[in-house]
Amino acid sequence: MRHEDIISAKQLSRADIEGVLDRAAEIAADPAAVADRHANALLGLCFFEPSTRTKMSFAAAIKRLGGDVVDMGTVESSSVKKGESLADTVRVVEGYADALVLRHPMEGSAQMASEFVDVPLINAGDGAGQHPTQTLLDLYTIREAAGLDDVSIGIVGDLKYGRTVHSLAHALTNFDATQHFVSPESLQLPRKVRYDLHEAGATIREHTDLDAIVPEVDVLYMTRIQEERFPDESEYREVAGEYRIDTTTLAAAADDLTVMHPLPRVDEIAPEIDDTDHAAYFEQAHNGVPVRMALLDLLLEAQS
Amino acid sequence: MSDQQLRVSKIEDGTVIDHITGGQALNVLTILEITGRAGVPVSVVMHVPSDHLSTKDIVKIEGRELSEAEVDVLSLIAPSATINIIRDYEVVDKRRVTRPDRVIGVLHCPNPNCISTKDEPVESNFEVLDDAVRCAYCDTIVRDDIAALIDDA
Ligand SMILES: [Zn+2]
Repeated sequence: MRHEDIISAKQLSRADIEGVLDRAAEIAADPAAVADRHANALLGLCFFEPSTRTKMSFAAAIKRLGGDVVDMGTVESSSVKKGESLADTVRVVEGYADALVLRHPMEGSAQMASEFVDVPLINAGDGAGQHPTQTLLDLYTIREAAGLDDVSIGIVGDLKYGRTVHSLAHALTNFDATQHFVSPESLQLPRKVRYDLHEAGATIREHTDLDAIVPEVDVLYMTRIQEERFPDESEYREVAGEYRIDTTTLAAAADDLTVMHPLPRVDEIAPEIDDTDHAAYFEQAHNGVPVRMALLDLLLEAQS
Repeated sequence: MSDQQLRVSKIEDGTVIDHITGGQALNVLTILEITGRAGVPVSVVMHVPSDHLSTKDIVKIEGRELSEAEVDVLSLIAPSATINIIRDYEVVDKRRVTRPDRVIGVLHCPNPNCISTKDEPVESNFEVLDDAVRCAYCDTIVRDDIAALIDDA
């Protein structure tokens, strides 16, 4: 992999993505083979907003490679609370670690932070911006379930603020994928993402009705619509129910439809789906460890 | 003597920016960080009827020759502008503005959740697209009213 930092899915070529996914598949098949590969490596965890899962997933990944974490802890208990800039924080933590993982509520924070440090920096979510490692595990899951070419994917929910959606949409432009975007009018894809999809020549369709695309897609990627995005609660209630799937909704779906969700879910997917062959969301979450192991392995390898 | 000559007299040394999009002259001064406090004579004429544009503005700055970089940034708000460098009352160089690939430290990002708008040691950084600019940090695209993003000098 050419890149030292993983900031945005936009920077990932098809070859980059396939390189990480192939390595992840090798690791998943034989995790013991890499148990000591990065003994003594330290991964700096800089999480400026709570994200237990992503953080644990990175910690599990580096530990399974023989390394360990240094963790900034919660923002409330750190110097950030005293008004330290992000640029200063990452420059300090850089001295303790071989690579950094950053989660921050502001868009562009990972890009900016990477300009101040020499160790590899991985964006683990920047506001409504990007979440490229989530995308890599999403792609891994899609490849296992349906393949990445000649595939039709429905992406449903909050497309405006959903960083996992933005990253996934960019990455899918590397493949022969048709993307069906389903959202309320007020939560459609932002201009900046449309621009890139257009530039990349992506095949996209936009919808407000979920039922219309269910029979057409191989993968249904559900996301959470957050109540606070809506000016009034009744408006939220109206659309929230529209984008909930249960066995009735999926009656028209293909038998091999794969249902995904970056989690946590609220009520977008009825629990009755969990026991069907459609459900891939827990497996998707588990895939985060081998995929992040593969990514860390490639980045740390390039460093040494 | 033409109407236009009456409005602005010739200058001895400096820069005349002509064919500025009507109404943008004050934004041009902001981009060039000309506040009027430096004691340099500056003449501004706005909304002069023009052959090329419906109306145009003209800015004359005495005793200062604009750099290439300064001129390029003008292209974002005044794509038709022409730059005349004057020495001893003569035009010694005449050129058009060209759009730069990037403008740094000139505009501010309109996204309130963008890291470049916070108290961090970075300058704003915009990629110049065909008909818009795009923040290098948060990717926000601005197509209309770029002048509103000009940082106050
Ligand atoms: Zn920005």
